[in-house]
Amino acid sequence: MPTTRNTQDATSEEIMPVEPKKTPMREQPPAERTKNFDEVPCGYSEEEAVKEAKRCLQCKKPLCVEGCPVEIDIPAFIKHIAEGDFRSAIRKMKEKNLLPAICGRVCPQEDQCEIKCVLSKKHDPVAIGRLERFIADWEARQEEKSAAEKAAPTGKKVAVIGAGPGGLTAAGDLIKMGHKVTLFEALHKPGGVLVYGIPEFRLPKSVVEREVDFLVASGVKLELDYIVGKTSTIDQLLEEYDAVFISTGAGLPWFLNIPGENLNGVYSANEYLTRSNLMKAYLFPQYDTPIIRGKNVAVVGGGNVAMDCARTALRLGAEEAHIVYRRSKKELPARIEEVHHAEEEGVVFDLLTLPVGYIGDDNGWVKELECIKMELGEPDSSGRRRPVPIEGSNFRMKTDTVVCAIGQSPNPLIPQATPDINTGKSGNIEVDPATGKTSKKGCFAGGDIVRGGATVILAMGDARKAARSIDEYLRTGKW
Amino acid sequence: MNTITETRWLGQDIREIWFENSRIAGSFKPGQFLVIRHGETGERIPLTIVEVSDGRIRIIIQQVGYTTSRLCRLKKGESLGNVIGPLGHHSDIVKYGSCVCVAGGIGAAPLKPIAAELRKQGNRLTVIEGVRSSKYLILDKELEKIADRFILMSDDGSVGEKGLVTLPLKKMMEEGNRPDYVYAVGPPVMMKAVSVLTRQYGVPLTVSLNPIMVDATGMCGSCRVEVAGETKFACVDGPEFDGNKVNYDLLMNRLKVYADDEKHAGCDIGGDNAG
Ligand SMILES: Cc1cc2nc3c(=O)[nH]c(=O)nc-3n(C[C@H](O)[C@H](O)[C@H](O)COP(=O)(O)OP(=O)(O)OC[C@H]3O[C@@H](n4cnc5c(N)ncnc54)[C@H](O)[C@@H]3O)c2cc1C
Ligand code: FES
Repeated sequence: MPTTRNTQDATSEEIMPVEPKKTPMREQPPAERTKNFDEVPCGYSEEEAVKEAKRCLQCKKPLCVEGCPVEIDIPAFIKHIAEGDFRSAIRKMKEKNLLPAICGRVCPQEDQCEIKCVLSKKHDPVAIGRLERFIADWEARQEEKSAAEKAAPTGKKVAVIGAGPGGLTAAGDLIKMGHKVTLFEALHKPGGVLVYGIPEFRLPKSVVEREVDFLVASGVKLELDYIVGKTSTIDQLLEEYDAVFISTGAGLPWFLNIPGENLNGVYSANEYLTRSNLMKAYLFPQYDTPIIRGKNVAVVGGGNVAMDCARTALRLGAEEAHIVYRRSKKELPARIEEVHHAEEEGVVFDLLTLPVGYIGDDNGWVKELECIKMELGEPDSSGRRRPVPIEGSNFRMKTDTVVCAIGQSPNPLIPQATPDINTGKSGNIEVDPATGKTSKKGCFAGGDIVRGGATVILAMGDARKAARSIDEYLRTGKW
Repeated sequence: MNTITETRWLGQDIREIWFENSRIAGSFKPGQFLVIRHGETGERIPLTIVEVSDGRIRIIIQQVGYTTSRLCRLKKGESLGNVIGPLGHHSDIVKYGSCVCVAGGIGAAPLKPIAAELRKQGNRLTVIEGVRSSKYLILDKELEKIADRFILMSDDGSVGEKGLVTLPLKKMMEEGNRPDYVYAVGPPVMMKAVSVLTRQYGVPLTVSLNPIMVDATGMCGSCRVEVAGETKFACVDGPEFDGNKVNYDLLMNRLKVYADDEKHAGCDIGGDNAG
């Protein structure tokens, strides 16, 4: 029986059946898309977006908003779309989220807003992420952008370190509050993980450029090729700036620490993706940076990063790309859409499998990955069942390229160069979660440098919170 | 920024470039390096900072592959492109007593600021420079000026004495002139040969490693080296390491990863003395 549309509005008489499935989004077919790096999902047309927006029940107490780390007024922006008033929809969106084109593409909606959607009890939830993407892309096609309103200049200067989603959000908020903002970035391109990590086929770099251009047009000064801690220190910055926001991300890649890890052909996910995305090695030799184009690629890990690597491998010409993951499919931390896309493209999932060593050939190149089979035991501290090795189940997989995508920890450069900023066990910067304040006066932090590898939207949420307390600090001088 | 102010050929395929970058020059300490990316399609390659003066930086580039050839063709007034630095830990130089600096080929470039600093700290300094042949000789005059004693070796005997840099070093050790400290920078085979001697005679050795890098901020692990059995990232943990504990065979192997993709990686891997 179809659910009826009950607007929860006592005065509403209207009761209409709801389409049980999300309006499908057109995608490049799997066989075709593994031969290019173009974006996989094509986005909604205006008609499709309106149709999907009309599935929203406009709940009085919208649970979806509770699921959103930056509390976007989801029913309100969707209502505008349903009414075909796209301009109002994007305005509503930008009240809370400056980077909707990015979030619409990479947020784990199924664990945040969409999981809370009332419809999801019986049907597909409203495709909130797709609508978010639609409205942002719609705006990008318009001549007139919704320029941010700026408060009167305060005469205060803020240095934002790291141009990932955290830094971009903080810079955007602070400039709106009337402060002067300089954004320092170590790499030659702004965007953080959005440009060096997440591949073009999932997040086109033009989308990130668009957002950065918007910030620069709003008055944010961008200093690229600038490594804080090396080019200058935080203390030097504090001589010129009134406050500092640190969002340098979780850039330190983990390896498995098993024998043979430094053989040729063994990459960290960061290196593999940086070569391909930031340096455009997939266009070698048109671009100068090379990358190993393995035929038989094994990617260790089960998150978004691992899916990105396996799908990149296919596009670089791999005949086989494997995901080697120590738990079962249910525990894969990647977004559902990524797993689904990877499966469609033919990525092989070797689940309940743990690598224990690399075997090299006579020339020092990896040729096999030795693994052991796992089974699920008792739940561990994360609530997931702990994988335990099955004794004697060792076996070897043939491979010529291994990509280690098992996570990363906070970038140690700034903590090392700034001893009076307190750090935790894993090297993360410690902050007051309510304000983003670090132990050093005038210094705030947020995003992956605080949390370890987390998500785009959490980095943005942290930045937003920190921007508010930076504003307060600059206006009151109170620490 | 990064505008070239001076260029000059120092030897065959070896180019000296001075360029403007006051922000890096202002923070530089001996032992540190920078990363250059030239142009939109360029790759990122590490290069040692040889000297800074008045907001200008001196680098020395040996043409060994595509990127280094492009850099060597740049002229005064042109921009190097993106330059990031100063990177890595600086050298920790104190007074040891008597020191030997061993430079192989283009390794003379990174070694020069280290030698100068050793001297400044009051060490007695012998510099041994080795080259493939006279065509590749660089910085010899400058090193000679810094050193108390300067020894020049070449593979083919076209300049200095014929033989490897380890020859005079070995002689010193055997004759009882065991130095208190050795610094060596050059091709991995050369540093490895030096380490055989220093280990044998129990002399501390510091080397500067130049593996393939990408970001050089500790983010990718391309620059992995093994020191005392532990994996280190040369860009942030180095570039200097305890030369008696480096796994040179691994270093040499990892330098060959992209050998097939033309010599794109910008690293020199051949030569005995030199490069
Ligand atoms: C391959 C991959 C796929 C992912 N997929 C998803 C996804 O689908 N959805 C999702 O929500 N999350 C995803 N994530 C996680 C998400 O990208 C991060 O949580 C998010 O980018 C963190 O933002 P940030 O601003 O804290 O740091 P980052 O994005 O890491 O940005 C930090 C920036 O700081 C710069 N920096 C570092 N040190 C310095 C310094 N000393 N001086 C100056 N600049 C410095 C870095 O170069 C970088 O540009 C993914 C991550 C990866 C690696
Ligand atoms: S070059 Fe990337 S970590 Fe050292």
